[in-house]
Amino acid sequence: MHRIDCPWCGVRDEAEFGYRGDATVRRPAADGDADAFYAFVYDRTNPKGWHVEWWQHVAGCRQWLKVVRHTVTHEIRTVAKAGDDVRAPSP
Amino acid sequence: MSQPHRLAVGGRIDRSRSLPFRFDNRAFAGHPGDTLASALLANGVRLVGRSFKYHRPRGIFTAGPEEPSALVELRTGARQEPNTRVTTAELFDGLEAMSQHRWPSLAFDVSAVTSLVSRFLGAGFYYKTFMWPPSFWEKVYEPLIRRAAGLGRVAAAPDPDAYEAMHAHCDVLVVGTGAAGLAAARAAGSAGARVILAEQDFELGGGLLSEPAHESWRQSMIAALTAMPEVRLLPRTTVFGFYEHDVLGAVERVADHLPTPSDHGVRQRVWTIRARQTVLATGATERPIAFPDNDRPGVMLTSAAMTYARRFGVRAGERAVVFANNDTAYDAAFALHDAGVIVAAIIDVRKATPRADGAYARNIAVRLGSEVIGVRGGRQVSAVAIRARNGGAERVIDADLLCVSGGWNPAVHLQSHTRAKLAWDKKIAAFVPGSPAQAERSAGAALGIFGIARSAASGTRAGIEAAAAVGFRQASAFDLPAPGGDDDPRVEAFWQVKAQGKAFVDLQNDVTADDIRLAHREGYVHVEHAKRYTTHGMATDQGKTSGMLGVAVLADARGESIEKVGVPTYRPYVTPVTWGAFAGRDVGHHLQPIRRTPLHHWHVRNHGIFLETGLWMRPLYYSATRETGWEPILREARAVRQAVGICDVSTLGKIDVQGRDVGIFLDRLYTNTFSTLAVGKARYGLMLREDGIVFDDGTTSRIAEHRHLMTTTTAKAAEVLAHMEFYHQTVWPELDVRFCAVTDQWAQMSVAGPKTRLALQGCVEGLDLSNEAFPFMGVGDGTVAGCPVRIYRVSFSGEMAYEVATPAGYGERVWEAILEAGKPHGILPYGLEALGLLRIEKGHVAGPELNGQTTARDLGFDKMIKKKGDFIGRVSADRPRLLDPDRPRLVGIRAVDPSFERRLRGGAHMVEKAASTNSLGWVTSITRSVELERWLGLAMIRRGPERIGQRLFAAYPLKNEVVEVEVTSPHHVDPENLRVRA
Repeated sequence: MHRIDCPWCGVRDEAEFGYRGDATVRRPAADGDADAFYAFVYDRTNPKGWHVEWWQHVAGCRQWLKVVRHTVTHEIRTVAKAGDDVRAPSP
Repeated sequence: MSQPHRLAVGGRIDRSRSLPFRFDNRAFAGHPGDTLASALLANGVRLVGRSFKYHRPRGIFTAGPEEPSALVELRTGARQEPNTRVTTAELFDGLEAMSQHRWPSLAFDVSAVTSLVSRFLGAGFYYKTFMWPPSFWEKVYEPLIRRAAGLGRVAAAPDPDAYEAMHAHCDVLVVGTGAAGLAAARAAGSAGARVILAEQDFELGGGLLSEPAHESWRQSMIAALTAMPEVRLLPRTTVFGFYEHDVLGAVERVADHLPTPSDHGVRQRVWTIRARQTVLATGATERPIAFPDNDRPGVMLTSAAMTYARRFGVRAGERAVVFANNDTAYDAAFALHDAGVIVAAIIDVRKATPRADGAYARNIAVRLGSEVIGVRGGRQVSAVAIRARNGGAERVIDADLLCVSGGWNPAVHLQSHTRAKLAWDKKIAAFVPGSPAQAERSAGAALGIFGIARSAASGTRAGIEAAAAVGFRQASAFDLPAPGGDDDPRVEAFWQVKAQGKAFVDLQNDVTADDIRLAHREGYVHVEHAKRYTTHGMATDQGKTSGMLGVAVLADARGESIEKVGVPTYRPYVTPVTWGAFAGRDVGHHLQPIRRTPLHHWHVRNHGIFLETGLWMRPLYYSATRETGWEPILREARAVRQAVGICDVSTLGKIDVQGRDVGIFLDRLYTNTFSTLAVGKARYGLMLREDGIVFDDGTTSRIAEHRHLMTTTTAKAAEVLAHMEFYHQTVWPELDVRFCAVTDQWAQMSVAGPKTRLALQGCVEGLDLSNEAFPFMGVGDGTVAGCPVRIYRVSFSGEMAYEVATPAGYGERVWEAILEAGKPHGILPYGLEALGLLRIEKGHVAGPELNGQTTARDLGFDKMIKKKGDFIGRVSADRPRLLDPDRPRLVGIRAVDPSFERRLRGGAHMVEKAASTNSLGWVTSITRSVELERWLGLAMIRRGPERIGQRLFAAYPLKNEVVEVEVTSPHHVDPENLRVRA
């Protein structure tokens, strides 16, 4: 079971969180074209290694968090607020 | 009730008390401190089961949780538990056990005699033998296999016992209480760390329990640990899994050693332990050697025979032969000798050992450089055949006990769960823990360290390091035990005797060395492939004793080292855990919470027939006589169409949205515009997902300049909230908007029907309900029976309707006041079924239409898509395939036959001709109509709107039904929408 250090609430069990996926994709601006929105909805790199992901603390503060997690080891390197600029470490 | 194989003295059993028990309906007795295994052996019971595939006779092979063979059905009735290892079952007064896998009886087994099954069951048998003809699988092969090779029987009755979940945090978790574990726990505890010490056995001590010379040290350690307030001892607790982020799972067998759990007590509890550091002192498991008939009852691990003698005071046999490749077997042989067992010979594959002199001193023959090539006896060992390894004649030695020691495997399972790599230790010819992947370290035999004093020193070191790693640096010193056992077992890697006959490498799944070689010849050369092809190591014991043998045989076949071949990945669970333990208290109604509306108890008192919808309990309809069928539903629906009805709609999701930018936010969430909505008005809204598919719908009202109240469908309430939170927090954080769910704060009731206004005018105060003052889609505040209400003039039924909302606590009072005021007008409460009937007649979409595949255009909502401004799904909704005119689109369908005899069914295919298989779409929702007196429904049909007026067929081939229907507008009732505006 993952343990996630919510920047608002502290270390909590994975069971309190909801998962959404890749947090590096950004919604295109309102005037974005079909290809840009297609990429936002569907294109994912599915990395083996470090991954920046959206997790929501559903049973806690309900904040969406950026979690830097290793998809092989499940190690969590960083848990940041939604607006923070977070990047995956190089492998 | 004599116990012919019980020693007169010695062991950890209480001879002053006798515990009667039954095995295969025969009465026996043992003592407190016995396991079922030791009690059976004390009574001379050697044959305890039949093997899984070949039905070969099997006995007790080990003295611990690694037991592959001696599995029984324990207890009777609802508590009957199959595949229970006799070596871990603690004896209690009145225990009952039955052997497994035998028919008609343990001693005479039909399958074994005929060898009928044996021929079919070689490696890969599932894949080869039973493939053809396909129809034979279900009718012939599967029943045959199930009867011949069935596992134990599960109790059919519900489990009468309770289980529970525990959660714990600790600084240092120590797994195992041998010399290393006790020392690690004491070292960490003395430094001030919070320690949990878990032991799978019912007594603390591990291997020390068979070492009377170290008993005082064991006792002093336990006394010291018990005195530490921050140390928690958990006997009868197996740590079964080591998961990511240093979370470990354990099961504590609280009452398995009792006939039944204590009153209100639990049988088992599952611990979820969050450990900052873990010390794995799980010991090592002795492994056998593969030789022909190495599975006969009477063949036993050498350490097990010693444990039965020293810990349980039982002679596992009268005349023993020991077959070994290492020195630890000598101590065991001497212990047997001391217990009165005649040790006829030690057969040692090695050319020399300094321990031989000790044997000679006891008049025990040692045959160096020799090997066992076979076993005599069917249901029990009667003699052992040996020969010199460099050739020579076979010799036969009479014996009823053959002790085998092929070296030791450190118990690395828990460490392997963490994905840590194993390392090959050539000196002990075994895999040992590699670099840790989590906050853990191994100690003692689990690390490949032998000898009691060295193990204790290793444990001390691990405990000090673990505590220091989390800030506890002041460990106190304590006495270590005197040296004992072999520090260096001098193992010679030796795995299999190459001789004719079935040499088993997996006793539980009946896998032989030949099976492994066959798998290799057929191309299954990778260890994971060979494992699956032969099922080697896939039984409930996960190959703890013999797994390495299979790997060694495969390595030999490949001509490569064991280190190169590797072992298959170990996964949780270390030993089997019963489902009930995981379910814990979450059974029956406790499986999930029940949500009740504020009006729930009124529905109960007034004969509501309930349905669980998600977590919600909702009344389907009301019936004092508990009628079934359509009658109560039609009665309630007619009341709405002809007079007035009232329905509890409190389950609708409600979200209070506030802030200066609410209008902008809602415009981006919905396909239509909300920023232009006037205060005091409601509007129906449609939400898309970002991929352009419809997400949810509902009415949202403007309560004040900067405040809207959104409603969602019941099913999507939580998803919509999370969706809003995601876009607000991550995409548009600049918007000044705040929102929260208020679903539970309101009781809400829909009052609908042509006489609704008359009914409500009799109870609503402070709000003019006339059509002029309060038109369709109006929102206003008033009171009912002195309670504040907010009234929304919205309709889901197609009739004139007002939704009345009041703070949850006033729900019943308002509901009853409306019923009272409606009585002269014929008001009836209506349930979920009538609600559905009415919405299908009116052509409103719901779950079956909003199925995650339909677009706004598919559903006829083209006009609700605004032309200007951004909203979620705007761009993706215009993808070419979503605009394809050939897509199925929403229409109504009506049975041509006005009788109710030929029913419509949801999921039916729409076809042009009765016998056609070319589907044009499908039926989404159906109902009997009270307005049109026939079956009707909604359907998604290719180019549906262009087909209005056509006759098609709704085909349901599963029931051979074909019903002719007319394609219509979805709005079967009042398509001009006059009634809602009346």
